[in-house]
Amino acid sequence: MRLVRYLPAVLVLVVAVLPLAVPWLKIVLTVALAKGLAVLGVVVLLRAGQVSFGHAMFFAASAYSAAFLMQGFAGADLAVLLLAGMVCSGTMGAVIGLFVVRYRYIFFGMLNLAFSMVLYALLEKMFHITGGSDGMAVGRPTYLGLELARTSFETALFYTSLGLAGAACWFVHRFLRSPLGEALSAIRTNETRLEYLGISARWILLIAYVLSAVLAGLGGSIIAVNQGVVTPDLGYWIRSGEFVFIAILGGAGHVLGAFAGALVYELVRFYAAAMAADVWQMILGFVLLGIILFASRGIVGLYRDLAAIAPGPRGHREPLR
Amino acid sequence: MDPILLLLATLDGIAYAALVFLVAVGLTLIFGVMRILNVAHGAFYAIGGYAAASLVLAISDADFSPWLSFPALLVAAAGVGAALGLVIERFLLRHIYAKEEVLQLLVTFAAFMILEDVQRLVWGVQPYSATDPVRLLGTVDVMGIPYNAYQIILLPVIAVMVLLGLRWFLRRTLSGKVITAVTEDRETAIAMGIDARKVFTVTFVIGAVLAALGGALASPTTAIQLGLGAEMIVLSFAVVATAGLGQVEGAALTALLIGLGRSFAVYLVPELDVLIPYMIMVLVLLFRPQGLFAVAEKRRI
Repeated sequence: MRLVRYLPAVLVLVVAVLPLAVPWLKIVLTVALAKGLAVLGVVVLLRAGQVSFGHAMFFAASAYSAAFLMQGFAGADLAVLLLAGMVCSGTMGAVIGLFVVRYRYIFFGMLNLAFSMVLYALLEKMFHITGGSDGMAVGRPTYLGLELARTSFETALFYTSLGLAGAACWFVHRFLRSPLGEALSAIRTNETRLEYLGISARWILLIAYVLSAVLAGLGGSIIAVNQGVVTPDLGYWIRSGEFVFIAILGGAGHVLGAFAGALVYELVRFYAAAMAADVWQMILGFVLLGIILFASRGIVGLYRDLAAIAPGPRGHREPLR
Repeated sequence: MDPILLLLATLDGIAYAALVFLVAVGLTLIFGVMRILNVAHGAFYAIGGYAAASLVLAISDADFSPWLSFPALLVAAAGVGAALGLVIERFLLRHIYAKEEVLQLLVTFAAFMILEDVQRLVWGVQPYSATDPVRLLGTVDVMGIPYNAYQIILLPVIAVMVLLGLRWFLRRTLSGKVITAVTEDRETAIAMGIDARKVFTVTFVIGAVLAALGGALASPTTAIQLGLGAEMIVLSFAVVATAGLGQVEGAALTALLIGLGRSFAVYLVPELDVLIPYMIMVLVLLFRPQGLFAVAEKRRI
């Protein structure tokens, strides 16, 4: 059972190598990584005890920014698209954040939902700019100045996403351990005490909000380039609900859980959604209920239980949270 | 602006506000008593609409008197609301009263997702609507403009009756006073021997029936289709948040404000009609974070 401890490392390796053996899996895994980035954004906010039902708006905003950029400057570079997406979603996060960080819990969640519904409606209504519900095509950008063929671009995009996901994991992990991140957890446990320490809870939450918007935006740019088309559906509430669902599935508030959840979710969806398209949301709903009521620590929690049973080297035990 | 358009916008706004109020008041009532924001409320509205439309269509197919469609709307709303409300409160919410607020929100969100697919399975993707009631009531002249009586007389009358009825129920009857007591101070109410669980069940069912009634009354004039529930829960949350969570009378005034704002936008700046309710909400919340009609809660330390 000692193998259990190395499970995460083995999984990362499998994900990295698998597309070499099974090329068509690249697209699915890239989608999973992109969603994982957005879920990571939701996880950052969950650390403060806040849940956003509208994070798909940042996902959609940066996806559309990629589409507009490719429309305006054919042959723009992937790096430019990703950067522009992050700037776009970060700015939007700062503006919306200024408003929503004044609120907690129900208001926080629902105001985010309201903003995302507005964006969705605008994307759908302004068809002369955004192409309405048909969306916009996104051409293939150059990759660091190189014009790649389709398959090699997909491979490059996949490994770029994997690298970005790793970097984001590391960064968010460090962020949550930093004094700023600890203050973020304090918003959940006791906001009043935090304020008595002379720390502005709103300011902390705003920083976290912008970070989470940028993460969601990064995911959105990747999705846009990966699919080659953007539609208002990217910002629909169902998408936001999906992010929250994956965050809870992976293990609320855990960095690696975001990607573990996204991989499991995307692979299951890939095989099952076609068979059960009509009841897909229903299945999600029941699984969500099941996790909340019976296994509130998600996939990461299950793994930790497994690792705690298996004695590691020198009898070290993973502490149960 | 053309005075005729002005009048039309006002009439549209009133009719729309009546429907929004029915949904919003249930949401705010449930929140006041249970401190849970019921995201599944939007699904109650949509399912109420579907059920009512199907029942009315069945009545006209069976060649019964079309006047039966009016009681049919009420029966559908009461049936759907009571059944869904009871099941969800009993089997779902009851397990989460002690949990974190975020988890409560997620549980009702999960219920919403499930119910959305229930609609898809039962009624499919095509829009439903049952126009019999509108046709039967004909039109009335409002200052020279013919407008259908269903929207401008029946809907507002029902909304006002619900408002007055709720006021009377909450202030004058024993059950209503018990509900108010739990809203004001749950712990003390329980200490006095009030069965809070029973109060929760009753409140939730009343709220669910009101939402389903909103949907049923909307079915003659709106196409009931997938996605309607999501729109309605967000809109009625905007109303409830602008009024202040838990405010029954406030919800009525705010529904009117937002309904009129929206219908004027439809005539003046049609691209922005979806934005207006949220702009009103954001404006109000910027200056009064607790809502228009609520008193700010003291910080508990």
